[in-house]
Amino acid sequence: MNDTIARSILVVSLVKVVVLLFLVLTAVAYLVWFERKVAAHIQGRWGPYRVGPHGLLQPLADGVKFLLKEDATPAGVDRFLYFSAPLLTMTLAISAIAMIPFGPASIHIFGIATPLVIANISVGLLAIFAITSVGVYGVALGGWSSNSKYSLLGGLRSSAQMISYELSLTLSVVGILLLAGTFNLSELIMRQDGYTWGHLPKWNLLNPTFPQILGFFCYFVAAIAETNRAPFDLAEAESELVAGYHTEYSSFKFAMFFLGEYASMITVACLASILFLGGWLSPFPQTPGLDWTRYLPAGVLAVAGVALIIHGVRYINVFGRIALPVLGVILGALSFLCSQPGVIDDIQGPFWFLAKVLFVLFVYVWVRWTLPRFRYDQLMRFGWKVLFPVALLNVILTSLAVVMRK
Amino acid sequence: MSGNLAQAYAPLLIHLLVALGLSAILLILSSLIGQHRPTREKMQPYECGITPVGDAREPFDVKFYLVAMVFILFDVEAVFLYPWAYVFRELRWFGFTEMLLYILILLAGYVYLWKKGALDWNPSKTQRDRQT
Amino acid sequence: MAERYKTAGTNVETTVLGADEIILNMGPQHPSTHGVLRVKLRLDGEKVVGSECVIGYLHRGVEKIAEHRNYQQFAPYVDRMDYVAAVSNGLGYCEAVEKLLGVEAPPRARVIRTILTELQRIASHLFWLGTHALDIGALTPLFYCLREREEILKIFEKYCGARLTTHAFRIGGMQYEAYDELEKDVERFCKDFDKRVDEYEALLTENRIWVGRTKGIGVLTADAAIAMGVTGPVLRASGVQWDIRKAMPYAAYDQYEFSIPTGKSGDTYDRYLVRLEEMRQSRKICLQAIEKIPAGPILGKVGKVLKPPPGEIYHSIEGPKGELGYYIVSDGTTQPYRVRIRPPSLMNLEALDQMIRGHLVADVVAVIGTLDIVLGEVDR
Repeated sequence: MNDTIARSILVVSLVKVVVLLFLVLTAVAYLVWFERKVAAHIQGRWGPYRVGPHGLLQPLADGVKFLLKEDATPAGVDRFLYFSAPLLTMTLAISAIAMIPFGPASIHIFGIATPLVIANISVGLLAIFAITSVGVYGVALGGWSSNSKYSLLGGLRSSAQMISYELSLTLSVVGILLLAGTFNLSELIMRQDGYTWGHLPKWNLLNPTFPQILGFFCYFVAAIAETNRAPFDLAEAESELVAGYHTEYSSFKFAMFFLGEYASMITVACLASILFLGGWLSPFPQTPGLDWTRYLPAGVLAVAGVALIIHGVRYINVFGRIALPVLGVILGALSFLCSQPGVIDDIQGPFWFLAKVLFVLFVYVWVRWTLPRFRYDQLMRFGWKVLFPVALLNVILTSLAVVMRK
Repeated sequence: MSGNLAQAYAPLLIHLLVALGLSAILLILSSLIGQHRPTREKMQPYECGITPVGDAREPFDVKFYLVAMVFILFDVEAVFLYPWAYVFRELRWFGFTEMLLYILILLAGYVYLWKKGALDWNPSKTQRDRQT
Repeated sequence: MAERYKTAGTNVETTVLGADEIILNMGPQHPSTHGVLRVKLRLDGEKVVGSECVIGYLHRGVEKIAEHRNYQQFAPYVDRMDYVAAVSNGLGYCEAVEKLLGVEAPPRARVIRTILTELQRIASHLFWLGTHALDIGALTPLFYCLREREEILKIFEKYCGARLTTHAFRIGGMQYEAYDELEKDVERFCKDFDKRVDEYEALLTENRIWVGRTKGIGVLTADAAIAMGVTGPVLRASGVQWDIRKAMPYAAYDQYEFSIPTGKSGDTYDRYLVRLEEMRQSRKICLQAIEKIPAGPILGKVGKVLKPPPGEIYHSIEGPKGELGYYIVSDGTTQPYRVRIRPPSLMNLEALDQMIRGHLVADVVAVIGTLDIVLGEVDR
C-alpha cells in the first residue's frame, strides 16, 4: 500500500466524516423539531410556529440561543470532569453513527469509489455497542462532578439503569447473530435479502427460521431505556429529581447532553432498521409486477413538493409564502432527479433505510408522549426480571430453531 | 492484512477525532461568546431554593454497587455468547448443548440472585434481613 | 448527617435520625410540589420514614385582611385562596355572610350559582388530573384537560368577564344577570364532555404503568381519614360517603339527582377514579340545572351597607377539594370581627405524612398530586 493511496483514503474519509457529521447534527436538530411537532399534534397544539414557516428555523434559533446563554459553572464542581462529561457524551453519541451503512451503492469522491459508510469494519456491531456503552461515563461523571444532590442521584440512577438495560440490549441481538453469523452491518443487511412466499421480506423481524419478534421487543425496550427516554427517563424525571444529572449544566454544555440524547436515538433507530427491518432493502420484491415501487422515492418527494407548494402559497406570512414553495420546488427537482435512470437504483437503498429509521423514530416519540413514567424500582424490576429472561429465552429458542433447520 | 486493518479502522479514528474536535470547539465557543455574570447565589448548586447544606458527594446506596457487580457478571457471560453465535452454524448440536449448559449455569446464578432479592430495588424487610 | 443538619440552622430537627437516614429537601422551588410547598423527607435509602411539611411561603394574611375590609370588600380576596376554584370559594363566603345576615339568595341566583360551581368543580378536577398525570410522567393528559377547562373558563369569561379570579357572586345573590346563551354554552360543553372523560380514561385507567404507579400507593384508611379531618374526594376514596352537597344541601343541590362516588381501598388509584366519576356527576347536575332556570330577581333583599347582627356563624360547602368552611364572627359593625377559613387543602395535606411513610421518593410526588392541594389555600 503506497503513500498516495493512503493519502487519498485519508482525504476521502475526511470529506465523508465532515459531510456525515454535518448531516447528523442537522438531523439531530430537526429531530428535536420533529419531536416537538409530533408531540404538539398528539396533544392538540401547533408546536413551533414562529421561527420560520412552521417553525422550520427553530433548531437554528435554539442553537444560537444555547451558544449565547450564560455559561454558569457552579462553585464546587470538579472542573475537569464537569467539562469533559458533556464532551464525552456528545463525541460518543455522534461517533457511533460512523459504522452505519446507509445504502449498498458507492459514491464517487475525487474519482475514488467509496461505500456509503465511514468505517465498514468486520465487527461493526460490537464497535457500536462499545461506543454507546461508554456513554454511561458521560452521565455518571456529569452527575458526580456537579456537586449537587439531585445531579448525583440522577447520575447514579441513570448509570444503573443504563447498565441494567445494556445487558438485555446485548442479549437481544444474539438471535440476529445466530441467524446471520456476522458482525459486519452491511453483511447483516445482505443476509436479510429475499422473500418468503415471494412477498414477505426475509427481514430478521420476519425471519423464516425464527422470527425475531421477541428480540425486536427486547431491543426496542432496552434501547429506549438505554437512551434514557420516556417511559424510562428516570434520570431526568423532572417531577422528582428536577433535571437529573444535568441539573447544574447550562448553555451549550446542556445542549451537548441534549444533542447526545437525540444522536443516540438516531443511532439506535438506524441499528433497529439494520438488525430487524432489513436496513436498506426494499419491502417489495423486484418482480415485474412490482416494478413501479422503484418510483416510490421520486413519488414521495413529488407529493411532498406539490403539497408544500400548494400549502406554501397560502401561508400566513410573506417569508413562508416564498420559502415553502421554494422548498417544494427543490423537492420537486429532487424527485425528478430520483426518477432518472442513473440515479433511481442508487436512491433505493438510502430511501428505504431513511424511511425505516424515520418510522422507528416516530414510534420513539409516540411512546414518549403517550405513556406515564415508571418508578425506579419498577424499572429495575422490569429490566432484570422480565426483559433479561425474555432476551435469554429468545437466544435459546433461536439457536434451537437454527439447529433444527439445518 | 495490517494494511487492510488500517484501511478499515483509520476512518473510524478520523471520525472520532473530528467529532471530538467539533464538540470541543462548540464548548469553547459557547464559553467565549456566552455572557458571564456570576454571583454567589447563582453559583450555588440547586437545592429547591434552600441554601444547600453540606457536600453532595456523600456515600451513596450500596445497591448501586450491587447492580454494577451483577451487571459485570452477566455482561461477561452475555459477551461469551457473541463468539459462540458467530460460529454457531459450524458447531450445530454440539454448540447448542454446550451453550445450553452454560446458560443453565448462568441461570442458576440468576435464580440465586433473584431469591436473595438482589434484583429488587426495594427489598422487603425480610429479604433485607436475609441479605445481611 | 443529623449533626450537620442541625448546625446548619435551617430548621430545628427534633427527630433523632437513625444510622442510615438522610434528609432530603423537596421544595419550595420544585417542579412537582404544586406551588411553594416544602417537604422535608427523612429517608432510609429511597424509602420515606418520615416527613414534615413546611408551609407558609404563600401566606398573605387573608384572614387578617378580612378584619379591615367590610363584607363586600372582602369577597374578592377569597378568590385568591384556591385560585383553581375561585367560584367555589366565592360561593362559600357569600352563603356564609347571607346566613349571618339572615337573608337568602333568590331561586334564580341559587340555580345559576349551582351551575357555575359545578363547572368550577369540573375545571378544578381537570386541572388536578392534568398535573397529577404530569407528575407521574404522562404529559399528554395535561393538554387534553386544559383544552376542556378552557371551555369552562370561556363560559366564566362570558358570564363575568374574568376567567380565573372570577368574583362571580355577590352577597345576597348574583352580581350579574346570566348572559343569554349560558344554557346553550353549558349544554354544548356537557354534551361531549362525557366522551372527553372517556378519552382520559383510555389514556390512563387501564394503562399498566399508571396502575403500577398509583395502585396501593398512599393508602389512607377510612378511620385514619376521619381522624385527620380529611374531606372531599380524598375522604370518599377511602370509602366514606360524605358529601356536604347531600348531607347539608346548600345552593340548589337538593333539587338535583346525583350520586356520590366512593372508593374502596383509599389509594391513589381510587382517588383518581373517584374524581373522574365526580366530573361525570357534576356534568349531570349541570344538565339538570340548565333544563329549568327559574325566572325572577337575582339579588335578594340586602342593603347597600351590610351590618349583620352580632353573632357568629359557620357555613361550609363542598368545594372541589373538600369541605370549605367559613367561620365568621360579627360584632355588629360593617367589618367582620374575625374570619376563620377552613381550607380543605390544609387538612388534606396533613395526611401526607401518614400516606407516604414506607413509600419511595417517587411516590411522594404521586401522593402530593393525588391530594390535590393548592398552596394559595393552604397558606392563605
